[in-house]
Amino acid sequence: MSIRILYFARLREDMGITQEMVELPPGVNDVKGLRAHLAARGGASAVALGQGKAVRVSVNQDLARNDTPVKAGDEVAFFPPVTGG
Amino acid sequence: MAVRVQREDFDIGAEIAAFCRDNSGIGAVASFIGLVRDVNEGDAVAGMTLEHYPGMTEKALAGIVDEAKRRWDIVDALVIHRVGELKPLDQIVLVAVTGAHRGAAFAACEFIMDYLKTQAPFWKKEQTAQGARWVEARASDDQAAERWNDS
Repeated sequence: MSIRILYFARLREDMGITQEMVELPPGVNDVKGLRAHLAARGGASAVALGQGKAVRVSVNQDLARNDTPVKAGDEVAFFPPVTGG
Repeated sequence: MAVRVQREDFDIGAEIAAFCRDNSGIGAVASFIGLVRDVNEGDAVAGMTLEHYPGMTEKALAGIVDEAKRRWDIVDALVIHRVGELKPLDQIVLVAVTGAHRGAAFAACEFIMDYLKTQAPFWKKEQTAQGARWVEARASDDQAAERWNDS
């Protein structure tokens, strides 16, 4: 089982994709771990998701925190701080 | 409760009239309309593109309205937010809150806007003479939303 990952706004541009399916490796079970796993792939992922970047995350369309659990079948989105209104 | 995300413009008068129709218990309507400014961070802005996260946006807005109804004695709230290409003076957002009296309606309207600004997944990319750029989130918006935690 894998999880669907979506990217929006500047992160979508940095990644060069709108979404991808990723296999969850053993031991990755929360937002912080998932972000670190993705950033460790290097390249665009490291640029978009590396430490020091202001990144917000949602899990199944609810705003999430670093310790929010992530499991197979979830929809996780990474995006910059929001600027609507 | 009504929450809409749309590309089309909206008619404030028609929207508010329809929202109040057939409810004679409403004694107050507080509304906020956000427009596209022609300047930001000191640079002229020719237009902007509003991106959002379909599905989560509607869910987030509905959750904010639910929270406003939990906190204040209001009748209902309407939120319309546009996405896509917008020009200066275009309407971006309408928040209208109905209630028996003005106090709760004013407060809930401001609360909904403050939370929308910091929690609803919209992103603005503006066009300037130097090219297109993503609008940066403002710390003042975070502070505006946080003050509602004090009460």
